Amino acid sequence: MAATFKQDDDSVVVIVGSGAGGGTLGNELAQKGVNVVILEAGARHEFESFINDEWASFAQLAWTDMRTTSGSWRVHKNFPNLPAWIVKSVGGSTTHWAGASLRFQEHEFRAATTYGKLKGANLMDWPITLAEMEPYYARAEEKMGVTRTNGLPGLPGNNNFKVMKAGADKLGYKECHTGNMAINSVQRDNRNSCQQTGFCFQGCKWGAKWSTLYTEIPKGEATGHLEVRPDCHVARIEHDASGKVTGVVYFDKNGKEQRQKARIVAVAGNSIESPRLLLNSESSKFRHGLANSSGQVGRNYMRHMTASVYATFEKPVHMYRGTTMAGIIRDEARHDPKRGFVGGYEMETLSLGVPFMAAFLDPGAWGRSFTSAMDDYANTAGLWIVGEDMPQESNRITLSDKKDKFGLRVADVHFDDHPNDVAMRNHAWGQGKALYEAVGAIRTLPTPPYPSTHNLGTNRMSANPRDGVVNKWGQTHDIKNLFVSDGSQFTTGGAENPTLTIVSLAIRQAEYIADQMKKNAI
Amino acid sequence: MDDHHEHAHKADISRRRFIARSALGIAGIAIAPGALLNASEAWGLEVAALKPETMKTLVLIARDIYPHDRIADRYYAIAMKEYETKSASDPALKKQVEAFVARLDKSAGAGGYLGKGWEAERVALLQKASGDPMFEKIRSGLVVSLYNQKDVWPIFGYEGESFSKGGYINRGFDDIDWL
Ligand SMILES: Cc1cc2nc3c(=O)[nH]c(=O)nc-3n(C[C@H](O)[C@H](O)[C@H](O)COP(=O)(O)OP(=O)(O)OC[C@H]3O[C@@H](n4cnc5c(N)ncnc54)[C@H](O)[C@@H]3O)c2cc1C
Ligand code: SF4
Repeated sequence: MAATFKQDDDSVVVIVGSGAGGGTLGNELAQKGVNVVILEAGARHEFESFINDEWASFAQLAWTDMRTTSGSWRVHKNFPNLPAWIVKSVGGSTTHWAGASLRFQEHEFRAATTYGKLKGANLMDWPITLAEMEPYYARAEEKMGVTRTNGLPGLPGNNNFKVMKAGADKLGYKECHTGNMAINSVQRDNRNSCQQTGFCFQGCKWGAKWSTLYTEIPKGEATGHLEVRPDCHVARIEHDASGKVTGVVYFDKNGKEQRQKARIVAVAGNSIESPRLLLNSESSKFRHGLANSSGQVGRNYMRHMTASVYATFEKPVHMYRGTTMAGIIRDEARHDPKRGFVGGYEMETLSLGVPFMAAFLDPGAWGRSFTSAMDDYANTAGLWIVGEDMPQESNRITLSDKKDKFGLRVADVHFDDHPNDVAMRNHAWGQGKALYEAVGAIRTLPTPPYPSTHNLGTNRMSANPRDGVVNKWGQTHDIKNLFVSDGSQFTTGGAENPTLTIVSLAIRQAEYIADQMKKNAI
Repeated sequence: MDDHHEHAHKADISRRRFIARSALGIAGIAIAPGALLNASEAWGLEVAALKPETMKTLVLIARDIYPHDRIADRYYAIAMKEYETKSASDPALKKQVEAFVARLDKSAGAGGYLGKGWEAERVALLQKASGDPMFEKIRSGLVVSLYNQKDVWPIFGYEGESFSKGGYINRGFDDIDWL
């Protein structure tokens, strides 16, 4: 039975956000008997209500509250108020996500050491190693049912994958398969197996894809230690004279201000909202926002070096049929500076339906060059490129002068590519083009980054409190009972899709929090 | 409309005949004086707020921005209908739309935008107008209002919703046969 806790109950752990980080942490703590209240800004839509329609689904699930942008990235020009494509709903972006679940490579935890000094890059080593993370990765993979781990079979390859695989073979790539996907390739965990509907980004109506919405959250609720309050937007975190946090102020469904007391607060609102919340929680004691003695809150915003390549062929592909992202080439993920950049990138199958293709293929473009590509939609194959981007201090979340409906200053997202990002993208576009041309593509199209789906780094982890916001447990350096539990902890981004790492960190953090509570250390 | 255009337009008719005429989706065949009629496709659109010529121009602008020879005019009309609907209650928008079309007509010279019979001529005019905020408003609205019509998806070979049909697991997710 789902619990309900009193607002003046100051023994609970309050988690802000119910996505990959918050939803997982909430369940893990509840399993250990810790009482948890998750406050989630979005509504609770169960998976049966998801919609196989891109714009309608976007309207149902995406975060469309005001945000602003600045900087030289093209998203600022084409989508000035949509810096990120992420979710406001119970389950967070794990409703929209595609399910690609990869471990970081060993050297990616040691980016500064491995890549050396790069002008303009604020590189740092993580305060954790792959060896320390491995047991947690294993638990996350098991929890999420990641294919090709724990004896689970891979997903079958769809048309889009088959084109990718044929091209990969021609180019001599060695590591190409249908991915490590948090999507059931067989029935397990009381959930369906993938039916190849092809609307993974719109929320899986079969429940085959892992999402905190219908895994972690109901499991946590079943313990009687977890309460999820949807439609509750946290406005600020409060603290006492000693600097310890005491609870949060939030606006409920009716726009009424409420207060929830807490023993511990964990922030997991994704990398734009989490720093926004810390900054909006400024006080006379913490004038530059909570946990910000380093000045790093909101800085080092990363979004992965991304891009896509679409290719049209003489004959049909029907790329939209089947699992959206079950296809990967890992050969370029290595660090090999001979290519003209540090770090690496993954190539993953990707398909958009006609409505999103029109919006994102070449934003702002019109005329026959554009429409002839659309005319070839059925004969199109596509892949996404996701690589490590360089953390830069000037890429950051700040508070805009604009305010949301609660009168809270909204987030401004500033981003400029680092030259390393540009070099990597050009290389990746070239490889994507070569891959498709090797199997007979008539035309290949380099597609620029979409609004960010991977948002990272804005409360980064550091060994030294001077260099970052949280320690190796995601605990803020400044305030012992304030934690960060989402992708904003990332010290650097790695080449891999981030969610498996977010979930692994949350499992690890739950152990730490429960242990510290038991020892009365917090 | 000059002869050029009339001619080009008639030639289009046969190409577009395959599209079912019954699926109107818009106001049906209108007979009011303000009606915008498309005899070849047998539909009409009631125009009350905007000048009929303005609506006609908007539909052609829509086609010139996103030209798809297999998509009939009525889908462009559906995509642009919101300017008519919204103008009825939004005088500021109505003014902006009329002013934008007037600017285009002026830059087109005698006969206005509709008088330019060749697509290339009209596209050149649009290119000149592309810095105009109203152009960008029209384009960015159109990229949704045109491509988000379920009735145009089959023309692109996109099948849309698939959950109710059991996904593609037994319906060709891996049926590619030419690799
Ligand atoms: C289309 C798409 C495809 C993706 N595919 C992949 C993939 O294949 N592999 C992968 O690894 N990753 C993928 N991702 C990224 C993945 O979804 C995110 O990395 C992950 O969900 C982030 O977890 P999080 O906990 O940081 O935030 P989220 O999951 O975004 O959750 C944050 C939650 O916090 C809530 N919130 C924010 N502010 C407040 C507030 N003030 N008060 C209350 N609640 C608040 C939000 O409403 C939201 O529900 C994809 C994302 C998208 C959008
Ligand atoms: S393709 Fe599979 S994982 Fe994706 S939405 Fe369909 S059933 Fe779910």
